[in-house]
Amino acid sequence: MSAHAHPVSHHGAAPQGFIRRYIFSTNHKVIGIQYWLLALTAVSVGMLLSWLFRTHLAWPHFAIPGFGGAMRPEQYLALVTMHGTIMVFFVLTVAPQSGFGNYFLPIQIGADDMAFPTLNMLSFWVTAVAFFVLISAFFVPGGAPINGWTSYPTLSAVGPIAGPGQGTGETLWVISIGLFCLASLLTALNFIATTIEMRAEGMALMRMPLTVWAWFVTAIVALLAFGVLLAGCILLLLDRTAGTSFFIPAGLVFSDTQPPLNHAGGSPLLWEHLFWFFGHPEVYIAILPSMGVVSTVLSTFSRKPVFGYKAMAYALCAIAFMGFTVWGHHMFVSGMSPYSALAFSFLTLAIGVPSAIKTFNWLGTLWGGKIQFTSAMLFAIGFVSMFVTGGLSGLFLAQPAVDLPLHDTYFVIAHFHIVMGVAAIFGIFAGTYYWYPKMFGRCMNEKLGKLHFWFTFIGAYLIFMPMHWMGIMGALRRYAQPGGLAFLQRMAPIEHFITIAALITGAAQLFFYWNFFWSLRHGEKAGENPWHATTLEWSIPSPPPPENFLEVPRVYRGPYEYSVPGYQEDYIPQHLAPEQVAKAGS
Amino acid sequence: MSSRKTERGAGSAGVLLALSLVILVVTTVFIFAARIFPMAPSITRVGDWIDGQYDLTLWITGVIFVVAQIGLAWMVFRYRDRGQKAHFSHGNNLLEIIWTSATFVLFIALGAMAVHAWSQVHFVSAAPNALKIDVMAEQFTWNFRYAGPDGKFAPIAPKYYNDAEGNPFGIASKSKDTDDIVSPILEVPVGQQVELRMESKDVIHDFYVRELRIKQDIVPGMSIPIHFTPLKIGTYDIMCAQLCGLGHYQMHSTLHVVSEADFQKWLKQQEAENQQ
Repeated sequence: MSAHAHPVSHHGAAPQGFIRRYIFSTNHKVIGIQYWLLALTAVSVGMLLSWLFRTHLAWPHFAIPGFGGAMRPEQYLALVTMHGTIMVFFVLTVAPQSGFGNYFLPIQIGADDMAFPTLNMLSFWVTAVAFFVLISAFFVPGGAPINGWTSYPTLSAVGPIAGPGQGTGETLWVISIGLFCLASLLTALNFIATTIEMRAEGMALMRMPLTVWAWFVTAIVALLAFGVLLAGCILLLLDRTAGTSFFIPAGLVFSDTQPPLNHAGGSPLLWEHLFWFFGHPEVYIAILPSMGVVSTVLSTFSRKPVFGYKAMAYALCAIAFMGFTVWGHHMFVSGMSPYSALAFSFLTLAIGVPSAIKTFNWLGTLWGGKIQFTSAMLFAIGFVSMFVTGGLSGLFLAQPAVDLPLHDTYFVIAHFHIVMGVAAIFGIFAGTYYWYPKMFGRCMNEKLGKLHFWFTFIGAYLIFMPMHWMGIMGALRRYAQPGGLAFLQRMAPIEHFITIAALITGAAQLFFYWNFFWSLRHGEKAGENPWHATTLEWSIPSPPPPENFLEVPRVYRGPYEYSVPGYQEDYIPQHLAPEQVAKAGS
Repeated sequence: MSSRKTERGAGSAGVLLALSLVILVVTTVFIFAARIFPMAPSITRVGDWIDGQYDLTLWITGVIFVVAQIGLAWMVFRYRDRGQKAHFSHGNNLLEIIWTSATFVLFIALGAMAVHAWSQVHFVSAAPNALKIDVMAEQFTWNFRYAGPDGKFAPIAPKYYNDAEGNPFGIASKSKDTDDIVSPILEVPVGQQVELRMESKDVIHDFYVRELRIKQDIVPGMSIPIHFTPLKIGTYDIMCAQLCGLGHYQMHSTLHVVSEADFQKWLKQQEAENQQ
């Protein structure tokens, strides 16, 4: 599809007043920063929760202030449930896609805003409300839910008889996630419409930065996946409040209390299918934008084009499409047909192929480069290392027979934390260090950035590598304590090691917080293009004016023309007409 | 920040990165190779096949891990900015085709080799002479039921569940056939195939014994069969491996694999206790 002529501007006069400019703004840049700050708040809460339950795992008898003695099992389970929910939804789905995507998608394609700015504002505020609804679960009678972020019925469907937190707490969880689904669907529509309709002249699909490809493809995934989760949440809410039996079979007796529950005909497996049909694409929603950032950052700071740009774009599409076919690999031991397990297994192994292509191409981008180790670049390189490690543990879990000893153990926790909790987060860090000068007109401090990187990179490996071995030895997820099991009690030194590594790595994030907020006022002033980068955002002032482009941009070439032989500079921006690009020796 | 500098010291991060990746690789490979944190020993033939597939996977992923991480280390070391020009290249289609095909073949072959072990677990039914034992999972206890001297299982129904009176399976109170043996632990004879039929009365649980390499969710509303043949006498932990509520971490029982003679003795003891 060829690019369209410059779209009509959405805005008349720029809004006045603090509320319209910074709170209820329809400007995509403000909304992007709002999402990013929401994610920062969420990750701070999520990290705090992890310190609490990690402290309990290392020192089970220690009475953390506020817990009324040593941590009880229901408190532990509430913490891990909320940790997972907050991190997956409000950090990993918000920051890379809604945060950076909102800010930079329009600019990178030469547009002045998203296709539907008011809808955009609505999406953010529904997401923000969803966050507060979720957090409120901590403060209601019974507390937060204890059924994990996966919320399997019947534990999640029958209410308080199943356990503490399963009353109002779980209902609030379901409502929060339902709202989040709605907001995400609206955002996805916006991203897709914008990318298809609002590209500047010359911005063909195959000239889009890989960040735009990633945001676009991720939005399609989100549009198709979140609807299914929303449906599941509505059904779960009905089972909980309206006496339906979508997920609840007949004959259930809790705590030896007769008569059996008044439900019949439902199956917990239905929830699992609905949830994971969403849940697997969700993890690709979490990582694809970071992959786009990493491709861009590796290219910029190697001063080389992305190796195999077309293959990278196709790989993004392949991962997104195949991501919808593999959900059963979360359900090998669930009681679903073991024959379908084989189908899901082969599809899961196959999806490793486009991921491998991307890894080869990242290495290819570095090869022969002129590598500058800025903070953004360090995190991008760290991403590649983490993605390799985390992806490889997936090869074990993709085979049903090998999954048998490893399912629901710490091996799985290691796998998904390394790919999502580390690699995807590294993509967010890389994007932050890279785009901060553009968003705020000042640079972050590079020394603090490097300190942040080293503590986090080494710390993350120290935290999550040992979890593989715990899982191999048989340590199970969501165990509040070793209980009476000797082989688990013997793992206490590993628990201590992991917790101490986690607390130190967590503390090191202070380098980032401090750097972020201090540099807003005291960072070195940034010009238009501090990194000598090629994509359209680097052709406008830092920070950009409300309408982004003072002149209608036109695009003349692909997004990663670095070190092109025969030219004076080692980069050629997308928007420069050929006659404006100085040749070597001129 | 308006222009980049190529200071000599700027490449030291590349050296440090390369070094840390090498340390990562050496440490990880050592810990895996030395089997410092091994799986519990397998006590079934199917478990041995699963372990064989695990080892194969470990070898393959190990090689890829080493090559990829060392490759990354090499790139950041060799191509750190020391004033050189970058090599302009948009890629190499032939290389793309080669490494894509090789990866695809390797991954699919790995999956194909894993089919055998899985098929032995799930596509092969229990033999007709397998020892049948019912399993009832509930928050937060395991119970096991044997057919008793008459070789038949009494009918059960949820309305008869009564843990307080020692009837976790809900054996019909008017049933004539009440010689079923109900036990909180799982006692089986060595070398004999056992078929478990598993049900839950409340939430999803999961029957997990490390040494059997068995893990199977037990879903309320379903009766799920699984079979195994233990080959080594011993005592093994039965754990719940699907979050089932606040007592999930305490939901344990024990698998006793004993000699045929000891098993018969145990059965007789249970029958005698039943009659009291």
